Amino acid sequence: MAVLRFTNVAHGDTMAFGTMVTILATWGLQSVGITGGPVPTALLALPVGIAATAALLLATDRMVYRFYRQQRASSAILLIVSIGVMFVMNGLVRFIIGVDDQRFDDGSRFLVSARDFKAWSGLDEGLAIKTTQGITVLTAAVVMIALFWFLNRTRTGKSMRAFADNRDLALLSGIDPERVVAITWILVAALATIAGTLYGLDKSFKPFTYFQLLLPIFAAAIVGGLGSPVGAIVGGFIVAFSEVGLTYAWKKVLAYLLPMGLAPDGLAQLLGTEYKNAVSFLILVLVLLIKPTGLFKGTST
Amino acid sequence: MIVGPNGAGKSTAMKAVFGMLPLREGRVTLGGRDITALTPQARVAAGMGFVPQTHNIFPSMTVEENLEMGGFLRRDDIRPTIEQVYELFPILRDKRHQAAGELSGGQRQQVAVGRALMTKPQLLMLDEPTAGVSPIVMDELFDRIIEVARTGISILMVEQNARQALEIADTGFVLVQGANRFTDTGAALLADPHVRQSFLGG
Repeated sequence: MAVLRFTNVAHGDTMAFGTMVTILATWGLQSVGITGGPVPTALLALPVGIAATAALLLATDRMVYRFYRQQRASSAILLIVSIGVMFVMNGLVRFIIGVDDQRFDDGSRFLVSARDFKAWSGLDEGLAIKTTQGITVLTAAVVMIALFWFLNRTRTGKSMRAFADNRDLALLSGIDPERVVAITWILVAALATIAGTLYGLDKSFKPFTYFQLLLPIFAAAIVGGLGSPVGAIVGGFIVAFSEVGLTYAWKKVLAYLLPMGLAPDGLAQLLGTEYKNAVSFLILVLVLLIKPTGLFKGTST
Repeated sequence: MIVGPNGAGKSTAMKAVFGMLPLREGRVTLGGRDITALTPQARVAAGMGFVPQTHNIFPSMTVEENLEMGGFLRRDDIRPTIEQVYELFPILRDKRHQAAGELSGGQRQQVAVGRALMTKPQLLMLDEPTAGVSPIVMDELFDRIIEVARTGISILMVEQNARQALEIADTGFVLVQGANRFTDTGAALLADPHVRQSFLGG
């Protein structure tokens, strides 16, 4: 959404902050004996994380962004400003929870474990679905539907789209810009905290990893077309599958696909997993060279 | 109806009336109420509708959403007003679910006028609604605007095509170099030899 009219590079660290608060709340819940049973306790702690992140973002907007908005600063200046905000948030997170890895998933580990699947299907290879993976897919779908419903069906959501479309006409129509901006930040807080927590549940929480998420996030947004919600989703899938596709060890797959005896000796991995970020970067450069507007043209800044 | 040559201050006058420019002297009243101190947004709430010359629609939103946003300030049911707009501009009913930015120039102007009508204004201000549309579409737009006027809404309009504009005007103002040179009924202005000679090409 081009409501705020700038590219916010602090997304990764916003996710880190939201996740950090969620983790602290999770530990709090666990210490008083409340757990989510089979589902991770962190999901119960999500509202706390979202509320704290929303408060942080609204305070940041009041202290930093509002000044530049009133100056009608260009989006390039706001981009630089958001880099500053990113460093402050980054420091805040490291200061509070430290730079180390934190694991905070609990509940049952697997929805489908490899051994159970083998026994059930009689196949040679197992299929494992981690609980966190299932929850991630489910939550992503629910959040996506809720977001589109909000933007396309509610009065407030429509007023946000109107504001993004034509700011002056939105003002003439009586849409309050400060309210639209505030709601946008709250949405950012909710989405970033949910995304960060799900990511942390599936992997683990480490502030630096979240900072590094910035590149794939941008690659996804630009592939899809800046300012287009559908584009962001499609772009996310493209970037993710490219990253995994190029760094995956295809040995076993090839062994089954190719005729007997032709199976490769090596891992058949095109790139080391350390080069994952290079894939995002390559996609980014290619898209900017070939189709800078992205797949779905949005209202870019 | 405000007419006059290029650079005479027609659009500036319109913006001043709507509160987008500060007044150096004088007052703005609407139905007897002094609204000089109000912001443009507050003037909309007070009963003024304004259609800017350009950027007057929400291009990525549907026609119906454009109308809904026009009625954003209203807390009551806006469905009947949307129906009235569709009756006034039947083409918009057919295109209600299409993005307004995909419509033709004349249709976009209809969306823009419809959006401004959603607040049920006493006064509708149009800044050159026919700029950049073909003569045929222009005639149709004029017809529609006359129909809007017949529903009891006063219309203040800036227009480049002085002759056609004065033909339908109750009152015409001819601006020259930032000052009001002639004020009269449209028909009287059209008959005035000075006006004819200077601005209507004889």
